[in-house]
Amino acid sequence: MHKTGARSLLRGVSSLPIATGVQLCAPIAGAVAALGSGGNLTIKGFASTADEKIVVKCSPFRPHRLEPPSQEVETSGSELWEMLKTMTRMRRMELSADMLYKSKLARGFLHLADGQEAIPCGMEAALTFQDSMIQSYRTHLTYMGRGGTVKEVAAELMGRYTGAAKGIGGSMHLYKKENNFYGGAGIVGEQVPVGAGLAFAHQYRNDGSASFTLYGDGAANQGQIFEAFNIAALWNLPAVFVIENNHYGMGTAEARAAKSPRYYTRGDYVPGMWVDGMDVLAVKQATAFAKQHALEQGPLCLEMDTYRYHGHSISDPGSTYRTRDEIQGMRQTRDPIEHVKTLLKEHKFADATEIKRVEKEIRKEVNDEIEQAKKDDYPPTEFLWKNTYKDGLGAKMRPLEMGQPKIPV
Amino acid sequence: ALGTHTAVLHASSRLIQAFETINVPVTLPKNIALRTAAAMLASFGSSLARRAAVSGTVLRSLGARSYATQDLTVRDALNSAMDEEMEKDKDVFILGEEVGDYQGAYKITRGLLQKYGANRVRDTPITEAGFTGIAVGAAFSGLKPICEFMTFNFAMQAIDQIINSAAKTLYMSAGSINCPIVFRGPNGAAAGVAAQHSQCFAAWYSHVPGLKVIAPYDAEDARGLLKASIRDPDPVVFLENEILYGESFKVDDKVMDKDFTLPIGKAKVMREGKDITLVAFGKLVGYNLKAAEILAEDDIDCEVINLRTLKPIDRDTIVNSVKKTHRLLVVEEGWPQSGVASEIMAIATEEAFDYLDAAPERITGAEVPMPYAANLEALALPTIDDVVRVAKRTMGKQ
Repeated sequence: MHKTGARSLLRGVSSLPIATGVQLCAPIAGAVAALGSGGNLTIKGFASTADEKIVVKCSPFRPHRLEPPSQEVETSGSELWEMLKTMTRMRRMELSADMLYKSKLARGFLHLADGQEAIPCGMEAALTFQDSMIQSYRTHLTYMGRGGTVKEVAAELMGRYTGAAKGIGGSMHLYKKENNFYGGAGIVGEQVPVGAGLAFAHQYRNDGSASFTLYGDGAANQGQIFEAFNIAALWNLPAVFVIENNHYGMGTAEARAAKSPRYYTRGDYVPGMWVDGMDVLAVKQATAFAKQHALEQGPLCLEMDTYRYHGHSISDPGSTYRTRDEIQGMRQTRDPIEHVKTLLKEHKFADATEIKRVEKEIRKEVNDEIEQAKKDDYPPTEFLWKNTYKDGLGAKMRPLEMGQPKIPV
Repeated sequence: ALGTHTAVLHASSRLIQAFETINVPVTLPKNIALRTAAAMLASFGSSLARRAAVSGTVLRSLGARSYATQDLTVRDALNSAMDEEMEKDKDVFILGEEVGDYQGAYKITRGLLQKYGANRVRDTPITEAGFTGIAVGAAFSGLKPICEFMTFNFAMQAIDQIINSAAKTLYMSAGSINCPIVFRGPNGAAAGVAAQHSQCFAAWYSHVPGLKVIAPYDAEDARGLLKASIRDPDPVVFLENEILYGESFKVDDKVMDKDFTLPIGKAKVMREGKDITLVAFGKLVGYNLKAAEILAEDDIDCEVINLRTLKPIDRDTIVNSVKKTHRLLVVEEGWPQSGVASEIMAIATEEAFDYLDAAPERITGAEVPMPYAANLEALALPTIDDVVRVAKRTMGKQ
């Protein structure tokens, strides 16, 4: 590949106005990659026909009752660039959310996922918006992966009407039904049977899609999860259960909460696979493999080994139960964004200057979106009463005190 | 269903008119009881219809109110409702324990597995939290599950899914994700099943915004309200009563129409009266009707309200009735504190205080977990005698 030509191509790409929202999952014609030992796997990544395919070796997988896919991942310069931009945008989102909270514009709960960007980024590289996804409360980045914008997240955190849930949900309750993202659930573990239900609907309709249910190591001991495993396996649902193992359930290290912290084996009769969740290409490979498995053979677990730099929530410094050395160590040796930068440089798709420039651009764009969101209005008063029912049947709700008019449902 | 004497008289004369319209003179012997007259007309009408091949539809189109009624058990009402809705809409499916092969723990889903197959009638393991969450996920995705609980006592294990997933998600998502699910099963006291199998959950569920809560009484209620609930785009908690399953009621032919539904959110005045309003839901509506007959002998004219829907509650019907009768007695089997009866009394006090001639009254179940011994169990629940006695006391007559 001609070096100058590649560079100017990339320069051209990166100087395009980055559209609001993350450009993900657009099925670009010809952008299919057959993966190795997994058979005829078709995934829709970010690759463009104009770009040369390369093969990158990702981190190894650890299997439980299944044959893992190959570590050889087909990708391209433009896909790696997209991944860098996506994850950088996600990182800036979380850091900006922190600042919004500290300046008292965001309130209530705030659970940040910086450090975990490779999971939503890598998964979306292997999926379409016909596949369903559901998660618990650390959900900003997954929402963005599903097509949400920085502005929608920021506005939601600030309770504005332009937010992801019109200011009604808050940080934990982001939804994007049109892209099959079902939240955003606040009760630990609650989303897991619901995610199996999304898989049930895919099977019932025979629509060729699968559901991906994300939960953490803290949730992984919940009984209802095992109930979901049991039914998913009995009924052969196209369900992938993704454990985002960041090793701490709030302040409790996994070894203190789980007799067996090998979460990918906890499904027992449900096969599983351990994945390096800091390696975006491993995540992509595993996700594509898992989707095919779920559709052809039934449910499985993916344990994504990952790390959150922030504490559990904004009120948790995150350093009383972990050492600063550990946190720093992760940043230095396993940061998902640094890994992609290294790949880009190694394969000569970019140099440090180019990367810095793009990062600066993204930082500015994210700031601009957040400044815009700060100007947006709060929901109108009448909206308090909307959406308890889809069909209010003409009923009336009682007001807070008698003497006030009743409110139409 | 044939109700008061007034209704019978009215209907009789309409039917006579209808026959005369088609040149069939009708002469009734004088001084026969109205009910006998009605029965004679009905059988005359149906034999005429058979001979002249005149359908009920034609008679109706002649302005005659159809007299054809049939007996229907609550069980068959529920079964036929689910059957027809599954036929009509391929997205409707049933899941729950023993709903398939076993034909239903109380035989409510009898025959449906055979008719619709194992894809649409799913037996689940005994894992309420799991299968309820699965049903909710399917509903979020746009399917229309009917999630059966063997009793609502077991639904307590799944109550987080019912409330935090099903009830609240439409609101939290600012209207983008609705949950067209029906949770149904027997609620409240049965007979001899003791403390953990006898709780009434009406107050718990009717407390929650985002849920619709239905409590049918008779077969018409069961059929019309279950069909409406299955068609409803919101989560419905459908509280049945095990003791009523086998009870048979007379229903109008129109109730058997495939599109027969009853409006959710509207109470029914079962019996009009002017002296006191008796309010109940489910089985106790029957108690109130019987109490009304007994009280009529003492010239106390009761208005009997069948709530049908607990949420959204029909405040207007209750209030209008209390404004007319000036007295209220609410009867429920659940525990007193924070119960459905407390809410009805609050409604009457808030909106009809100036119309009340006596403090609103309620009769509830005893504030204990249900005992097993038959004599104690009987003492723990309201009886028809209790209703009669308290109504008289409210009327100022002993």
